[in-house]
Amino acid sequence: MELYRFTLTEIAKKIKNKEVTIHEVLDSVFSRIEEVEPQIAAYITLMRKEAYERADYLQKKLDQGEDIGVLGGVPIAIKDNICTSGVKTTCASRMLENFVPVYDATVIKNLEEAGAIFIGKTNMDEFAMGSSTESSYMKKTKNPWDLEKVPGGSSGGSAAAIASDMAFAALGSDTGGSIRQPASYCSVVGLKPTYGLVSRFGLIAFASSLDQIGPFAKTVEDTALMLNVIAGHDKKDTTSAPIEKKDYTKALQNTVKGLTIGIPTEFVKEGIHEDVKQAYDQAIETFKDLGATIKEIQLDYIKYSLATYYIIATAEASSNLGRYDGIRYGHRASDFKDIDDLYCKSRSEGFGAEVKRRIMLGTYVLSAGYYDAYYKRAQQVRTLIIENFKKAFETCDVILMPTAPKTAFRFGEKTENPLEMYLEDIYTVPVNIAGLPAISIPGGFDHEGMPIGIQLIGNAFGEETLLQIAYTFEQNTNYHERKPNKI
Amino acid sequence: MSVSKEEVKYIARLSKLYLTEEELEKNTHDLSSIIDFANELSSICVDNVKPTAHILDIQNVFRKDEVEPSYEREKILQNAPTKDAGCITVPKVVE
Repeated sequence: MELYRFTLTEIAKKIKNKEVTIHEVLDSVFSRIEEVEPQIAAYITLMRKEAYERADYLQKKLDQGEDIGVLGGVPIAIKDNICTSGVKTTCASRMLENFVPVYDATVIKNLEEAGAIFIGKTNMDEFAMGSSTESSYMKKTKNPWDLEKVPGGSSGGSAAAIASDMAFAALGSDTGGSIRQPASYCSVVGLKPTYGLVSRFGLIAFASSLDQIGPFAKTVEDTALMLNVIAGHDKKDTTSAPIEKKDYTKALQNTVKGLTIGIPTEFVKEGIHEDVKQAYDQAIETFKDLGATIKEIQLDYIKYSLATYYIIATAEASSNLGRYDGIRYGHRASDFKDIDDLYCKSRSEGFGAEVKRRIMLGTYVLSAGYYDAYYKRAQQVRTLIIENFKKAFETCDVILMPTAPKTAFRFGEKTENPLEMYLEDIYTVPVNIAGLPAISIPGGFDHEGMPIGIQLIGNAFGEETLLQIAYTFEQNTNYHERKPNKI
Repeated sequence: MSVSKEEVKYIARLSKLYLTEEELEKNTHDLSSIIDFANELSSICVDNVKPTAHILDIQNVFRKDEVEPSYEREKILQNAPTKDAGCITVPKVVE
């Protein structure tokens, strides 16, 4: 078997046991990239030179008998909105086309300390605003399962890279489903941790009360290992939760006996594709067979999540993106009359259509006369949604939902109608609104062979239970073993 | 249209964005349909419901005010569109 096909856990072990050299692993991954990247276009920047230099350094350490960490020598991809010192971080925007951070995000430091090798920065929707990666200023990433279709978004590059074996794991960010939805579209595992579990320091902000960094991987075990490395308190992020570090791999037990899985039947009824519904029902049956207790739950306010989300997220975005003024860094227009003209021209040239739309929507809901009707009201509904979940978790351990109502769609199919694109996030946004952890795992295929993801939602800081249940599902099904045959 | 063209012009100005006539048309339409959709929230009774300000029960995170080395000026300036004598240059803002 080609080395790039192995899982993160397997390849890390092979490196540690000196069955393979780190150089050989990198050769395998980069030759895979040469083979399929021209079709997939998952990466914005490749870090070949840096990767090989680091491989030499780590191999030397290993050969001297030193511990090189749990991810020692493993090639990892990073979404291009996570700051990497000395390596371009563009947010897939013209605004930051040439931006080179002077510092590393905390997650980058964590991964580096664990011995990871960064091989590239992945494509995404511009400023993480989108559900298809089509709003990227740089390129169109294709879904490895069907090159005519989108990989999902906004972390589409990371998901596509893992699905096509161009990295062993990747980081993404999830504001309204940007890890889970592409994971679902590409048949990989994607975890959105509890808000505050993983430091956001160095993540270029979209909506600060919703954003969270999380891992993509080929298996639940690999996902747990990645979480071990990136989770933990960070004094550089004031929203970082002051909790002890845990070993999430200990939670990986193949049993769901004694656990209760909540099913929000009312919510998962309309606008869902038949094949997705079937896969969802099948997942419920699987859990039943494995000995879990299935319990119907009521989440009355959850249907308002999407409207709430688009008010809160755009309000925060309009404020966060105010910093791009063409002065200190980022795109500056070449000719201008005065300072105001410089601001307006730089921003108008630097931002794409979707980013502009969201900045304006956010400005609208925050503006005098509309603040109470939209922004304040959305924050109140947010409270109701949070209370809804709290109550539900009194009677169940996790909630099971599809990740997305449909499977991957064709390029251009939803770009003309933003609202239709937003509806793709209907099952994922409630999680961000409530700050909860959730995971998408491979859960089936539609009649055209496109992947379907199922989503498990946990209670706040309930990643262990979440991973245990996801692991059990994975160990007792074989959806995750199927690989795209188009590449 | 729940959002008028005039309103979009005004918001664009607040957002420091220039819109072409075509962008103005499209955004008036798009913002209207999104706002119409968001209006479903107006039917919910939110009397006495506290708005969520922070999802975690964290308040006032303080740290000691200690001097630490900062980033190198030269490196930071590499990202500046124009610079001179260790400073970022900007157009004249006061007469």
